[in-house]
Amino acid sequence: MERLKTEEGLLALRERLCLEQREEEKPEIRVCCGTGCSAAGGPEVLEAFSEEAEKQDLTVKLVATGCQGWCEKGPLVAIEPQDLFYQRVDPFDVPQILDLTVSRGRPIERFLYTGPTGEVTPRRDDVPFYKKQMRIILRNCGRIDAGSIYDAIRVGGYEALAKVLSNMTPEEVVDTIKRSGLRGRGGAGFPSGVKWEFCRAEKGKVKYLICNGDEGDPGAFMDRSVLEGDPHSIIEGMAIAAYAIGNIAMGFIYVRAEYPLAVTSLRRAIHQAEQLGLLGEDILGSGFSLKIEIKKGAGAFVCGEETGLMASIEGKRGMPRSRPPFPAQSGLWGKPSNINNVKTFASVPVIINRGAEWYNSIGTERSKGTQVFALTGKVKNTGLIELPMGTTIREIVYDIGDGILDNKKCKAIQIGGPSGGCIPEELFDTPIDFDSLTSAGAMMGSGGLVVMDESDCMVDIARFFLTFTQAESCGKCPPCRIGTYQMLKTLERIVKGEGQPGDIEYLETLGKEIKATSLCGLGQTAPNPVLTTIRYFREEYEAHIHDKYCPAHVCTALGRYRIIDEECLLCGLCKDVCEVQAVTVGRKRFFIDTDKCDGCGSCLAVCPSEAIVVERPEKKKVVA
Amino acid sequence: MSVEIQFNEVAARIEPLLTNYEGQQGILISLLQDAQTEFGYLPEDVVGIIADRLDLSPVQIYGVASFYSQFYFEPRGRNVIKVCIGTACHIRGSSAILERLEKELDVKDGETTPDMEFTLETVNCVGCCGLAPVIVANERVVRKKEHQKVVARLKSQGGK
Repeated sequence: MERLKTEEGLLALRERLCLEQREEEKPEIRVCCGTGCSAAGGPEVLEAFSEEAEKQDLTVKLVATGCQGWCEKGPLVAIEPQDLFYQRVDPFDVPQILDLTVSRGRPIERFLYTGPTGEVTPRRDDVPFYKKQMRIILRNCGRIDAGSIYDAIRVGGYEALAKVLSNMTPEEVVDTIKRSGLRGRGGAGFPSGVKWEFCRAEKGKVKYLICNGDEGDPGAFMDRSVLEGDPHSIIEGMAIAAYAIGNIAMGFIYVRAEYPLAVTSLRRAIHQAEQLGLLGEDILGSGFSLKIEIKKGAGAFVCGEETGLMASIEGKRGMPRSRPPFPAQSGLWGKPSNINNVKTFASVPVIINRGAEWYNSIGTERSKGTQVFALTGKVKNTGLIELPMGTTIREIVYDIGDGILDNKKCKAIQIGGPSGGCIPEELFDTPIDFDSLTSAGAMMGSGGLVVMDESDCMVDIARFFLTFTQAESCGKCPPCRIGTYQMLKTLERIVKGEGQPGDIEYLETLGKEIKATSLCGLGQTAPNPVLTTIRYFREEYEAHIHDKYCPAHVCTALGRYRIIDEECLLCGLCKDVCEVQAVTVGRKRFFIDTDKCDGCGSCLAVCPSEAIVVERPEKKKVVA
Repeated sequence: MSVEIQFNEVAARIEPLLTNYEGQQGILISLLQDAQTEFGYLPEDVVGIIADRLDLSPVQIYGVASFYSQFYFEPRGRNVIKVCIGTACHIRGSSAILERLEKELDVKDGETTPDMEFTLETVNCVGCCGLAPVIVANERVVRKKEHQKVVARLKSQGGK
């Protein structure tokens, strides 16, 4: 690799790479090796392609890409030049694909997407899952070989950096980002350009730039996909930010410990960029320098909070501190620091290339651009999607997600992870942007979007999230440490059937107080799942507390168990499994003695004919 | 005597890790991560030596290490099975998987079998929510149809 010394050098390299690809005229096979597809067998498929191509004496270009998005249908394979998009490919299918599709150009229907009416869609962009998407942050994910800087340059990587270094002043860059309306993609949505301006205005010869890749929200994996699938966009975005802010002594990328593949991918990308002179000393001969170092997290959710993250980089316990002073004034090692999310940095090069006005025209009035969502849960199509701000929840769940699994009824979505909230089906026409979600009691958060159906219990979901935040609370401030503990204990009582009148009001008061008085974002948002479920599903809480009944039949300790004689096969499994001998045998039938039954749910799980039902107990009559 | 030899051996293995970070700030967490990769967990001796070399008290190091879920102070099994209990996995039934594995291995979440073959853990999210519910065996995500067989397969591989 030869160092590039000028902008022209970069452009010439890109031209040469494009030309080479055109002249090669090799069929290209892109196999998704993102985390989802890897688990489904992507790397095995790739290996099979390489072996089989040798056997059949074919010259093909094999590319292992990052996440292509549609994890549900993995392993995914894209084939050029026919522009075919194959799903659920098995290594055994590879010889046939090479023979029919690659050599003879014939598509194989069974790998293509077939719609509900039976029509076959060969092209990726025509598949309903991709049709409505607008891929800006994920523009290169799944399109390029993440391990090759040349692939990144060929599709326009580092062009924005070259443009910034040779034609723009730092003030112009900050101004462009401000005008674009880009808001931080980490969840809170603070305008990025303003943040840069604050840090730029601070005096000091030493400043730090940090990329927050500590994606801790359960149910979110978009940062991971970008880190693994398109690391060069992040590096380029960081370099542009460093130039705009000025005096950046060092850039750090903080990556979550659970993402080993992301660390490898980034490390390789940084090394390649340094070799080509796109990172390190004297970038593209402009005199501007930036060094980037990777910091691995060690598994603490609270380190996603900016001050906690900085404490962790310093090698301390990752405990947040009170602000002000803001990181822009006194951050890492007391120096002015700027911290942005992975997706924010990945958006920057596109904005520079295509202009602030273009970006500003996408989205809603106060939330510009696109947002990446991880669509998961009880929905037919799971995966990673990117949509313009302002898309409604209904479009996401029903058009892109293709509705609910097993055609059940949708109940709610949970957005924003443990800091977010549940939004009921009635509000599915809400356009998603930072402000509309906040007013619905939820939060954009990282963009994890979990779909829940009628068989999910909202009280149990609230308890689940609180268990998580309670365990991850760093313990520094009492509202979060003690308050979430008290809320959790109350919820645990409710799901065990020991709820008391007044519990709902207690949870509401406590939740509001924790929100108002906690030190950092974790505590300030931790009650959200509880408060939103109470707000929209109060009747479920009431059923749990007053009727001792769980309408979704999730909380097994609640409700009265009964065996329906007509369905019962008389196998006796329920009797064998019952630990409190509540199942008794009568003449050709089984009974459950409700006085003995402790509601463990074992009989429900073993019954082969689903003859056991959980019913709403009759209210005990008060004897005067 | 044997204890002393062990101690020297531990010290010799830590030394090269330390040289990587000479003259750098904020190295404690990275150093502990390296030490854990080397030893599999953080034995008391290792903490003591690192404390000595960084001029910190062992308490300070335990304070940092115990804050993060990634550090272990007990040896772990040859095979580590992690059950994801993230949101998507939770609503698609991860608790049943955890229960089944707890029964199969006869250990509770976070424990290691007495023969040091298996450690069972939970993890908050591994970022494969599209495949929920997910389990990770020795850093590899296990396909849903192989969930039932995972313990048997690891046993037959002899802990590789």
